Parts: sequence; structure tokens; C-alpha cells
Amino acid sequence: MTTIAELPPGFADKVLSAQSTFRSVMDAMARPGSVQRIVPGAGAPEPMMRGTAAIALTLFDHDTPLWLDARMAESTDVVKWLKFHTGAPVVQDSSIASFALIGDGAVLPALERFALGTSEYPDRSTTLILQVESLDSGRFFELRGPGIDGAAMLQASIKPFDLFERLHLNEALFPRGIDVVLVADDAVVAIPRTTRIVSKGS
Amino acid sequence: MNAPAYNFAYLDEQTKRMIRRAILKAIAIPGYQVPFASREMPMPYGWGTGGVQVTAAILGPQDVLKVIDQGSDDTTNAISIRKFFAKTAGVATTTATEEATVIQTRHRIPEATLNENQVLVYQVPIPEPLRFLEPRETETRRMHALAEYGLMHVKLYEDIARFGHIATAYAYPVKVNARYVMDPSPTPKFDNPKMDNCPALQLFGAGREKRIYAIPPYTQVVSLDFEDHPFEPYRFNAPCALCAAENSYLDEIVTDDKGGRMFVCSDTDYCEGRQAAGHHGSLSAAPYKEKAQEASNG
Repeated sequence: MTTIAELPPGFADKVLSAQSTFRSVMDAMARPGSVQRIVPGAGAPEPMMRGTAAIALTLFDHDTPLWLDARMAESTDVVKWLKFHTGAPVVQDSSIASFALIGDGAVLPALERFALGTSEYPDRSTTLILQVESLDSGRFFELRGPGIDGAAMLQASIKPFDLFERLHLNEALFPRGIDVVLVADDAVVAIPRTTRIVSKGS
Repeated sequence: MNAPAYNFAYLDEQTKRMIRRAILKAIAIPGYQVPFASREMPMPYGWGTGGVQVTAAILGPQDVLKVIDQGSDDTTNAISIRKFFAKTAGVATTTATEEATVIQTRHRIPEATLNENQVLVYQVPIPEPLRFLEPRETETRRMHALAEYGLMHVKLYEDIARFGHIATAYAYPVKVNARYVMDPSPTPKFDNPKMDNCPALQLFGAGREKRIYAIPPYTQVVSLDFEDHPFEPYRFNAPCALCAAENSYLDEIVTDDKGGRMFVCSDTDYCEGRQAAGHHGSLSAAPYKEKAQEASNG
């Protein structure tokens, strides 16, 4: 049993760490496929990565229902840490979540189970924060879309392996859809709903 | 030293989180207006409260801020906002476009080409391009949902029927990423082509109307038009009277009560840069002549 005092700390400097983390995430979202670095300013409870923890402290609060996958939810430290540092309510129903924290991508639920927004309010969708193995080695993905000058090459080891195939639903649903933030330790890559995968190699 | 009376960049952290989440959604859905819980700011609506909130949410201590009002760094609104952030965030400020990392603007895009490390923040009075055609929010929201933009084309057609050309000169509607019709804020339509495929991120904040929207870098932005009446940027047919620029956006300045007038660059930083580089217009001020003489003597 961990007490609050034993939990990993939040940001030492709440204001400036949140600002620099946000700029990294904003740049990632504005330039899909580009790898942005988060300067880790906080502790992270297992199995949460440093980047994920910083994003949580930057974007989550009482207004953002969270959905945790089994890997995250089974860690009482994660649940306690999120509750203590962000106050965000953890919900069981993924379709009403503002953010979903995915610790084990291999068992990512069908994307239709998350909020996809409505045609009138496409912004009312779930943003997936998906922890992956690596964002600098593995398969190559060629990405196109707003924010990308021509094409962007992303090299990443991602589970689920068919993530980009699944994200084809964004093409059919746009402007509804799912935005994904990939995190590997302190590296982040965002795949907003406008990004299309053109080809991939190994 | 006294304890600071305000949080860094004025806004409290919960407000920043809310605005930051809206900005991320706005970038993910280019041209879509994301509702946000706009706060009261220490300035009246109409003075850039939306732009100020967006700037406050993204600004960090390492940023260099430039604020322009109709292209000018030296007007009341621009100076006040620059001082506001110098005071509340302690950021460096500049008037040089190339040095800035965040540029807040009221209705002009700088003449200098923007780069990937810059963010352009627009102050927006009326974010809804369809508002004057359809006053009901429920209806305009549905029109956006269905991408039903015929009404906007009818409006532009009525311009042609009445005046022989599209008479809309500012807030000229654009379509972003082939989906959402967006109000580029009341920029002169001269600036519309600069939004297309721009390397910098463009963020729009409307404080009173409580909307944030965005154009990601390298995104297609098309000004609406017709095959037989293509979009044409408008510019006074004259060189700048101070720097002789032939391709910048010009302000018309009345100089007397006998019909006298001069045309000068609206972008003061661009104009001053050109004058310092030795370009002279028909009404150039004296100091730069002296500089040129010094250069020739030495």
C-alpha cells in the first residue's frame, strides 16, 4: 500500500514544466510524424512513462474524464497518482472519455469504442495517449496531411501493429475521429485525425 | 522583491489547461471553431482578448513576442499587449518579424516570410464566416457539419451581380484543407495567399465569441471564388512612399484637406527594414539620406 507521500512527485515547477510540455505536444500535433522531446520534470508511477506523466500533468484536470486500459488500471499507483496530481475522474465507459491512457497497445479496444465526436461538435472526441516501444527504430511509416511538408517519415515500433490500418476510420469519419499521441519515454509523436498513412516498409 | 501578483502570463493554470486542450483539438481539425470557456481579461472585448488568451496559453520564458496592429508595432493596442506580456510573463519582445517566435496580430500577416519556429496568433472579432448570412448558431453549426457552404457562394455571387466583381475586401472567406470554410479574421484579402501552405502554425482566438481555431503548417487554404471570377488580392497601385516597395500591402494616409495622400507599407517593420537597407521612396525621411552619405564617404 503506497501512501500519498510515497507517490512519485508532480512537476517541480508546475507552471513552466506544463508550458514546455504543452509546446512539445502542440508542435507534435502541428507537425504530425515529427518526434518532439518532453523535458521530464516529474516522477512517473509504473507503468507510466515520463512523457505520459508530463502530458497528464499538463492536460488533465477535473474537466477531463479519463479511461485507463487494463495495464494502467491494474496499477493502484497510477490511479492514485492521477487522482492526487490531476483530479481527473477515471471512467469505465471509454465512449465518454476525453483522454484514454493506453499502457499495452496490443489489447487496444476497437477505436469505435471511444468518443469520436459528433458532426456538429467533432472536438468532443477521445484523445488516445498510447505508450509505444520506440519512436526511433522499427518499421517506417510515410505520413501525409496538414502539418506535413510533402511527406514525413516516421520510424516506430508500435503496438497494435495495425494501428494505422485502424486509423483509416478517421478518413471515412472526418471531421469526426480520433487523435493519437504516441509516447516512448520522453519522445512524443502525434497523429491527428487528418494524417494519412501512404505506405510503409520494414 | 515583491511576490508576483499574477501567475506567469496572467492566466491561472486551470484556464491554461482548458485553452491548451482546445488548441490541440483546433490543430487536429483545421478550420473548425472549437468552443472554449473564454475568460474575462484585463482589457475590453474587441481589444484582442481571444488572441491574448491563446498567446498566454502557449507563451514560455524563452519566447520572443511581437505584436502588430494592422501591420504596425507602434499603435496603442500592439504596445499595450506587448507590455502586458513583458510585465506578466517577463518575455523578450521585439518588433523584428524574423526574431519573433510568437507573433500576435490584429488583422495583418507580416510581409516577411514566416518560418517553422514561429506561431502566428490572430485576434478574431467574429469567427463565424456564415454569421451575417445566418444568425442562428444552431443553423451555422449544422451547415458546417454538412459542409453546406452554398450560401457563401451566393453571397460572393451577389457581389458580382451588384458590383461586377467580388467586392469583399477583408475577412474574405477561405476553405481550409478542403473541408471547413473559415473566417481568416478581418485581414485584407491581400494576405489570404500567405495563409496557404504557410510554414508557421496559425492560431485564431475569439474572446467574446469564445472560439479557438487553427491552420496547421503546410495546410491548403483556398480563397473561395468562381472559375470566371477568380480570387484576386487587392493592393493600391502605387509604390510605398517611404521605401518604394512594389509588392507590400499599403495604407492610404490623407496628408491635407486638398486631396493629398500618400501610400505607405502597413507593415512598419518591413518598411523600416527596407529603408535601413537603402530603399527610398518619394517621401523618404531625412535620417536615411544621411546614412547613405556616410556610407558613400566611407
